[in-house]
Amino acid sequence: MTRAGEPLLQVQGLQVHFPIKRGVFVDRTVGHVRAVDGVDLAIDRGTTYGLVGESGCGKSTLGRAVLRLVEPTAGQVLFDGTDVASLRGEALRTMRRRMQMVFQDPLGSLDPRQDVESLLSEPLRAHGLGGGRAGIATRVRELLDAVGLPTAALRRYPHEFSGGQRQRIGIARAISLEPDLLIADEPVSALDVSVQAQVVNLLEELQQRLGLTYLVIAHDLAVVRHISDVVGVMYLGSLVEQAPSGALYDEPLHPYTRALMSAVPVPDPVVEERRERILLAGDLPSPADPPSGCRFHTRCPWRQETRCDDEVPVLRELAPGHLVSCHWAEEIRDGALQPRSAEEVAATQGVSVRATGVEAIESDALVQGLDEPIERR
Amino acid sequence: MSIEALPPEGALRTDVPVLEVEDLSVTFARRGEQPTRAVDGVSFSVAAGETVGLVGESGCGKSVTSLAVMGLLPRRGVQVGGSVRLGGTELLGAPDRTLRRLRGAEMAMVFQDPLSSLNPTVPIGTQVTEVLVEHRDMGKKEAATEAAELLDRVGIPDPTRRLKEYPHQLSGGMRQRALIAMALACSPRLLIADEPTTALDVTIQAQILELLRELVVDSGTALVMITHDLGVVAGLCDRVHVMYAGKVIETADRHDLFARPRQPYTGGLLASVPRLDAGRGIPLTPIRGSARDAIPWAEGCAFAPRCDNAQDDCLTEVAGSTVPLEYDGPGRELRCRHPLTHPSSTAGATSSGSTASGAGR
Repeated sequence: MTRAGEPLLQVQGLQVHFPIKRGVFVDRTVGHVRAVDGVDLAIDRGTTYGLVGESGCGKSTLGRAVLRLVEPTAGQVLFDGTDVASLRGEALRTMRRRMQMVFQDPLGSLDPRQDVESLLSEPLRAHGLGGGRAGIATRVRELLDAVGLPTAALRRYPHEFSGGQRQRIGIARAISLEPDLLIADEPVSALDVSVQAQVVNLLEELQQRLGLTYLVIAHDLAVVRHISDVVGVMYLGSLVEQAPSGALYDEPLHPYTRALMSAVPVPDPVVEERRERILLAGDLPSPADPPSGCRFHTRCPWRQETRCDDEVPVLRELAPGHLVSCHWAEEIRDGALQPRSAEEVAATQGVSVRATGVEAIESDALVQGLDEPIERR
Repeated sequence: MSIEALPPEGALRTDVPVLEVEDLSVTFARRGEQPTRAVDGVSFSVAAGETVGLVGESGCGKSVTSLAVMGLLPRRGVQVGGSVRLGGTELLGAPDRTLRRLRGAEMAMVFQDPLSSLNPTVPIGTQVTEVLVEHRDMGKKEAATEAAELLDRVGIPDPTRRLKEYPHQLSGGMRQRALIAMALACSPRLLIADEPTTALDVTIQAQILELLRELVVDSGTALVMITHDLGVVAGLCDRVHVMYAGKVIETADRHDLFARPRQPYTGGLLASVPRLDAGRGIPLTPIRGSARDAIPWAEGCAFAPRCDNAQDDCLTEVAGSTVPLEYDGPGRELRCRHPLTHPSSTAGATSSGSTASGAGR
């Protein structure tokens, strides 16, 4: 069943567009929110792929589309050689056993009226695994042990646990079916700082022991850097850079990655005072009406006239395994181009122009991203 | 050149603190339940142009401290003790009329969630001008012009149009800027920012932090920064108070704190945060358990159950008497019986002798 040498998960040209409907009697589609707009990625067995980006960049939608929790508009998701997008009914259900998800909000993703034993045995029963009542009971105890919870937890309900413990239950549930791929959508962002490290360590330990493959989706670059082998940076529905974790942090090539990394605070005053800070102008433009050309050009401190505005950059391989979609990546790396300040960018671009939609299609809260400025005209 | 000869910019950083909090305690009582002491004997002071950070995990009492300072806690079932002085005026027990005059004008607050702290049914303009009309006796027109200027100052593009818009029409970062604009409307002497960037993306967070930094430098506002993010503290705060279970457990200048954390909790926090500039595979050392495992201070050190340095006297011997917050080198205070030691650098920290303002209160 397993084919060595081939990536476990391959995503090719994945698009997820959400229609924007309008109208009282007839649903007219007035536009599309391009949450994911042509993403290619591959994850090797036993490795961790980290996906970072700001809210609204489509990283969660991508994760859900891989599991087919949302229906992809176009593109292929090849899981172990099978196209997940073409599966139906029972075949899909069986396939889902091998890909599980850990959600962001540990309380929201656990049924408040099921105790832990019931929560953990449900997936086993649903897939007819575990070997009967006694087998399931043993398996559930093993799972609790694996995530570091006492057996006494079995009879308790989710509200009786702390955030970190709840996330452990969520992880135990996800690994109960011995999946190959685990998609973790913001696994630690709802947790306290001191507890985050426990969950991160647990994920790493489980990966080593069970040979899991991870797709970790997070906005926290420090966490992603810590656990990922390969990191992909998303901006407005597409990948702007992908590189091995070390290479990305040593030498970020895309302007957006550079800005993102310079914005992450480092808990060390000495480093904080020395390092270069790239402030971006304005907000994320609306994914319903993305900017032309390079999607980052409205906020990019290195924007060059016309080419960035007209021509869509493609992902190019600049170093082994280091992909970047920027026309000027080499020039920026070599220092041939100098960045402009956020104020200058704001002045030339009128600050997040597309987001406020000068000649936008009918825009309202639905058209615009959740976090976007909105203008009604 | 002596200190006195310095130009007025120097005068902003006087030693007379804008805010003095002394032995603040907040107790929540509910009928039929044991009263909960959320804040217990917290003391700190903030001078003009200074940024003080209150750091801790959720439930450590940092937000309650800020609400108590602003007098925003409900009267019923809440006992506030100690003393809070704003420029010498006692705020605790002050009549509502006085507080209402001070809030917004002399002291202001920026909250964590910008959407729920703005009124969704009222345009931004009305909400910003309200402060100006109320506290600066401005006419409507004058206030509108001033409001546009304020929005411009915090970096909101096209301010006159934005004034007519409702909160939902602004992005998260812009809402937070609007809130900061409202807080700045009367150039308050004290600004309390309660997790102002937690709900925002990192690039927007960087913009907001830069704005706050400029504000402190330019106008000499005293800033109290409440956060759980040690990275934010490292970049912004002058002095840091680490809180745990309602008490300050360590106080230090930010350089000292990050270079030589003494409380095992502070050290644990620093060791458990993954750093962007650290390599992959360097293991994190988390703190055991969670903040729920704290024991009451009366039974010993609240952190002892999670502490790797804990010894017998952290729990048993001290029952009945809490671990005191003691002088620990210049500018530092520490509440711990078995602190972390940093052998190579301790000489420099202790030999320079004490200073009058060293204790920071």
